[in-house]
Amino acid sequence: MQFKPYAQGLAVAVSLAVLAGCSSTGGTQDGSMDGTSGMGAGTGSGTASGQGMESGQGVSGSEMGDRNAIPEQRTIYFAFDRDTIRPEFEPILEAHAQYLKSHPNTQVVLEGHADERGTREYNLGLGERRAQAVEQYLNVEGVSSSQVEIVSYGEERPAVRGHNEKSYAQNRRVVFDY
Amino acid sequence: MKRLNLWAAALLLMLCTSIAHAELTIEITQGSDQAIPIAIVPMEGGDALPEKVSRIIANDLERSGRFDPLPRESLISQPSSSDDVYYQDWQQLGSDYLVVGKVEQQNDQYRIQYELLNVNGEDRMLGEIVTSSPGQLREGAHYISNQIFEAITGIRGAFSTSIAYVRANGVGDNIKYTLNVADADGHNNQVILSSDEPILSPAWSPDGQKLAYVSFETGRSAIYVQNIATGQRVRLTSFEGINGAPAWSPDGRKLAMSLSKDGQPEIYVMDVASRDIKRLTHSEAIDTEPEWAPNGRSLIFTSDRSGNPQIYRYNLSSDQSQRITFTGSYNSRGRFSPDGDTIFMVTRDDQGFHIARQNLETDRMTILTDSNWDESPSVAPNGTMVIFATQEGTRGVLGLVSADGSASFRLPSPDGDVRSPAWSPFLD
Repeated sequence: MQFKPYAQGLAVAVSLAVLAGCSSTGGTQDGSMDGTSGMGAGTGSGTASGQGMESGQGVSGSEMGDRNAIPEQRTIYFAFDRDTIRPEFEPILEAHAQYLKSHPNTQVVLEGHADERGTREYNLGLGERRAQAVEQYLNVEGVSSSQVEIVSYGEERPAVRGHNEKSYAQNRRVVFDY
Repeated sequence: MKRLNLWAAALLLMLCTSIAHAELTIEITQGSDQAIPIAIVPMEGGDALPEKVSRIIANDLERSGRFDPLPRESLISQPSSSDDVYYQDWQQLGSDYLVVGKVEQQNDQYRIQYELLNVNGEDRMLGEIVTSSPGQLREGAHYISNQIFEAITGIRGAFSTSIAYVRANGVGDNIKYTLNVADADGHNNQVILSSDEPILSPAWSPDGQKLAYVSFETGRSAIYVQNIATGQRVRLTSFEGINGAPAWSPDGRKLAMSLSKDGQPEIYVMDVASRDIKRLTHSEAIDTEPEWAPNGRSLIFTSDRSGNPQIYRYNLSSDQSQRITFTGSYNSRGRFSPDGDTIFMVTRDDQGFHIARQNLETDRMTILTDSNWDESPSVAPNGTMVIFATQEGTRGVLGLVSADGSASFRLPSPDGDVRSPAWSPFLD
């Protein structure tokens, strides 16, 4: 997936930089893991830590480097049996939406994944549903469908192996593959 | 020339690896207490053979869950023909049946003479001579197992069948996938496809010559059909979205499949010759995992249209679907018994995912396994056993359970994760 760097409007560059600052990689994942462990008990999704999100880290020197860069955080996670976008991931999706809108020749593959539980072919469907939820979000943000393709891997490409909720939570994801 | 040698060496290494590629061994996890005691006496002259015929027969019968071969050490005597049998010895041992025989080499062939004797009735049930080349000895032994099995149980033996399955080696982004075919006892493993991308859902054509499967080698799922003997293959679908769960019609002319090209996975039927497709389901749900009834008049499939996956039956004359599973909150991946009266499936309870059986007339469901990560059941063509995928730790292995749940086995693989087994039709 090639992108052609070209001059950005200042407003777009600033919002990209701010969003880049919001998307710290490791922190977000850990935060979301704690949030999902309550899923089975029905505690809802609001408990994800705001580590990377609202910490007010703002813009760090290294992240400011390339304003035309593809957003660093490329994976978003889902709750058990769900394909709804969790609020803590919306800023990441917005960053990708901004990027795609400002690079209309860029294409992205949304890879949908499921945890290992249940049957393989059904899990292909679950992974696809999650990727479709992300695509729909991007469409609402103004991204053209022609830039987005969906591939579901179901449970076939786990990020982590293990028969526990912590592992499952890391496998229920959609990955932006540019 | 140097490059050619390197290529040749690499190819040879690949071939050697695929032949030596871990054979599946069999472990008993639970024996049936109704297993029939049978004494299989080592064949006279059998030690000279490259394959131990009596041992293959004993393993076959044991693996069926219905027989309990006497341990070799307990055999009081080793007769090689019914003339030398003293029935009282075997009655004392508690054996119901006795198999004796001898092997002779004749030119470049082996001549195997065997007899099946009824110990309590003190008479001969079966006697036959089987001729085999050295390379066909296992085949010859499986043939004898089939004859013995059918003579005693009345059911056709399935020992000359094969299993297709997928093996995954490696972790993360470096997983290598292979599609394999092996004898039902795990021997003679053959790699028929190698890929860096996932392979799933192998399905045998009714004539036993082809496998349909899903491969991600083009970067997304697509359905292929491959001739096992020749390796020749064709890509049947490459629609946008999911191309999954191929299932052959009983006459081998059609493939049911799950395609999400119209928005979400739906069941379609493709005519293999013309590639015409007909859409069967129209729900907003995930509809997948189709399977034809043996009489070809209906299909079962998985749908989550009620909120959770359940199994539905689609009647091909009325074009209507009807839900058929009502026990538990997750039932999927249904497979018919050969007589069409029973389906085997994956069901979920508080402990996890198990293989279960449901009688279609009474709707009564019985859970067959107590392991918790079971999936992909596939039924032997004589309906007696179900092979499935399960986990040992985080390792994927295959399991076998008898259709009545009384006996179960593991097939540990020393190499990689094994999953998605598919039992061949009768091949003999």
